[in-house]
Amino acid sequence: MAIKTEPFVINIGPVHPSTHGVFRMRATLDGEVILDMEPVFGYLHRGIEKLAEGRTYTQNIPFTDRLDYLASMSNNLAYVMAVEKLAGISIPERAEYLRVIMAELQRIASHLIGVGAFLNDCGAFMTPFLYMFREREKILDLFEMVCGQRLTYNYMRIGGVSQDIPEEFLPALDKFVRQMPSFIDEYDQLLAENEILLARAKGVGILPKELAISISASGPVLRGSGVKWDIRKADPYSVYDRFQFDIPIGSTGDTYDRYWVRIQEMRQSVRIIKQAMEQLPPGEVLTEVPHSLHPPVGEVYGHIEAPRGELGFYLVSDNSIAPYRFHVRPPTLINLTALRDMMIGWKIADAVIIFGSIDICLAEVDR
Amino acid sequence: MTIFNPSFSSVNHYSATLPPDWPGGFWLHWGVFVVIIFAFVMAMVMGFIYLERRGIGRFQVRLGPNRVGPFGVLQPVADAIKVLIKEDIVPAKGDKWVYWLAPVVAFVPALMIFAVVPFQDGALLADLNIGILYVVAISSVSVVGIFMAGWGSNNKYSLIGAMRAVAQVVSYEIPLVLSIIGVVLLTGALSMNKIVEAQTIPFILLQPLGFLIYFLAACAEINRTPFDLLEAESEIVAGFHVEYSGMKFALFYLTEYAEALAISAIITTLFLSGWRGPILPPFLWFLIKVFAVFCLIFWVRSTIPRLRIDQVMAFAWKCLLPLALINLFITGIQVIVWPEALPWAVVFLNLAIMAVLVVLWSKFFRLGGGRVEV
Amino acid sequence: MTLALSGEDVAAKLEPQFPGSIIESRGNNLLVKSESLFDLASFLKTAPGLDFDYLTSITAVDYYDYFEVVYHLTSIKHNHSLVVKTRCYGRDNPTVPSVVSLWRGADFQEREIYDLMGISFDGHPNLKRIFLWEGFQGHPLRKDYL
Repeated sequence: MAIKTEPFVINIGPVHPSTHGVFRMRATLDGEVILDMEPVFGYLHRGIEKLAEGRTYTQNIPFTDRLDYLASMSNNLAYVMAVEKLAGISIPERAEYLRVIMAELQRIASHLIGVGAFLNDCGAFMTPFLYMFREREKILDLFEMVCGQRLTYNYMRIGGVSQDIPEEFLPALDKFVRQMPSFIDEYDQLLAENEILLARAKGVGILPKELAISISASGPVLRGSGVKWDIRKADPYSVYDRFQFDIPIGSTGDTYDRYWVRIQEMRQSVRIIKQAMEQLPPGEVLTEVPHSLHPPVGEVYGHIEAPRGELGFYLVSDNSIAPYRFHVRPPTLINLTALRDMMIGWKIADAVIIFGSIDICLAEVDR
Repeated sequence: MTIFNPSFSSVNHYSATLPPDWPGGFWLHWGVFVVIIFAFVMAMVMGFIYLERRGIGRFQVRLGPNRVGPFGVLQPVADAIKVLIKEDIVPAKGDKWVYWLAPVVAFVPALMIFAVVPFQDGALLADLNIGILYVVAISSVSVVGIFMAGWGSNNKYSLIGAMRAVAQVVSYEIPLVLSIIGVVLLTGALSMNKIVEAQTIPFILLQPLGFLIYFLAACAEINRTPFDLLEAESEIVAGFHVEYSGMKFALFYLTEYAEALAISAIITTLFLSGWRGPILPPFLWFLIKVFAVFCLIFWVRSTIPRLRIDQVMAFAWKCLLPLALINLFITGIQVIVWPEALPWAVVFLNLAIMAVLVVLWSKFFRLGGGRVEV
Repeated sequence: MTLALSGEDVAAKLEPQFPGSIIESRGNNLLVKSESLFDLASFLKTAPGLDFDYLTSITAVDYYDYFEVVYHLTSIKHNHSLVVKTRCYGRDNPTVPSVVSLWRGADFQEREIYDLMGISFDGHPNLKRIFLWEGFQGHPLRKDYL
């Protein structure tokens, strides 16, 4: 006699310790197996794009901090680069190098949280997460030295960076850069070959290559699926073409590959910072830009490789002091397009891991 | 060798083991030991909570609680007070009686296990002939309480957690019992006191595979990492006890630690030779060993990630069960062909067998699961 | 360096296949009619030499007379990019064909444009509001909203 079963609908989120923010997934379950999943966004929608149309270009820089607050430097960088492209402003060499150093430090800090939260979702009870926070504290101390802030930096300006680095910054950065590779080796050793982590993460949530390109994925999600596409190499911005670094790519596109890509990217970031420190020229850090900036009529799309993917800003200007249209290309929202495909057929426990491996920040999804 | 003596006569048996000048006879003995056990469990649970939080804190490169009292020793007291004065929220549509009874049904068996744990030579509440069988039987009643909690909460997350709990506990009973039988074969008696008396060398050396299997199966029974997917905070947000608050939650919390204490006590008795030890008084040796086992438990907790439910079941049925059967078989052979003058040869033989088996199984057994075609 | 293809070159390639559908090509932009957008887009995606397999972003801008939907396309294979624009007129129910069947990445972005700007996309499988709740009146990103 067959037992009658029926699938039931459950809400994972919005208030949940593992959804990295207020994100809701309506999952239809059959026992523990996910049959269907619908993501629901909008809990953190603040209307940044509309607000930005009423503020000047410089006043919009703090808005970009709050987009993906775990990688504020990258957001600032993308925005000011787009504005400089629109207005035709060129910035001093020293500012370019400082921007690269800050962006790569930010990449390491963001990946530390991304990987730590992923391992926390796997169930390792905060231990690797807290180990990674140890290093993140050092990076945040460096940032505090430079701009006084620990999370939303507001450091870049149109025309350069807001202030030069203090004297104690370079020795501290040197010490950090020399210690970091051994810490990354420690994380690798802690969990990369752990049987349980391999069982939970290998082969789970596969994103095939064609699907990844079709959904316009970017960042570690795209590279984990085997596509060698990194804006720093494909369309170099700032002074990235002067540095030597590799692009790690995964093979299968499962959660383990994405985790591995992030760890390798941290190593490459350390390499870039070392080269940037050696090549850092003296000079000014901010060009003279008029207080009320009226860029010429036109539009621009400026993009960078943020830690979570390709962050782009589409700005339309009508020669007034505020942008006519301010649009953010959110890498995390677009990466989430494949979430349903990746999750069907797996269990609830895997749903949390797959979601964690995409590494989103809700503030950027919802803007 | 008689392994199981069904003729259990209560009063005569007790008065046979009590000293002749013990006043009040049976009932005073019972009363004294109930008080001792209750105090012991409460005090040790408080100590365990503190030890775990400090210990895990140190594992995670941070201090544990250190505000309440010197070095944070009063932290469990603060937790207890907080939990007692919290508002008791009851879900409106839940099954009232089931919801109310669940913590009790879960906690009482954990306490009842201590009736047969020997604190010193002959110092236990009841020296049952079927000691270890009683323990196994009683400890499986807790899972009924967990399932009642999941059902009575009227919450889908609780139900998922409760289902996982039942599946997990039932699966891990079998390797648990089989690994205990190895020890029983070596002793020839089910009584816990006799098991301790028979350990001239600790059974962990004679039964390393049995210890490993028992440790893992016991961790799974008490829902500890890596098997703590019942209350996996990052998935189903506290699982079966998500709707409990106040004193009822305190009972569940106590149950978790009381069961951990019970497991530590049983491992100490079965494998680490209980209260035996050279210089210190036996009670102190017992405490030291219990603490050592508990340190091992929370060391594992803070280090490795957790498994998924189908991996947990696969581990029980495909890995632990065959190993337990092989262990039983080998112990049986050794008991019959015991080289009386050379127990150490058996020790090394068993260690070698354990190493070979563990390596073999980890090569051929992959914790799989996989995607279900929908 | 990603080569930003010039609009005239691409227009020259497209003109034989789709006569009359290209309104104007200036700089890196290509302005096309909205009726022929889908066919043009599928040609751009599959034609050898163009191979625009990666849709970088879709945006909409509200110029008071018309809405302009902007597509940024990239080719990972050849490392070049292009900007395709189309316009839709009328404030009540502007419609543009959807490109979800070509590039699935358009899914959430088109829903966002529908939600905030009010432009409907023909052929989108699940066109409902994404950030604001069902039953919200109005489209906030329009210039005449507040």
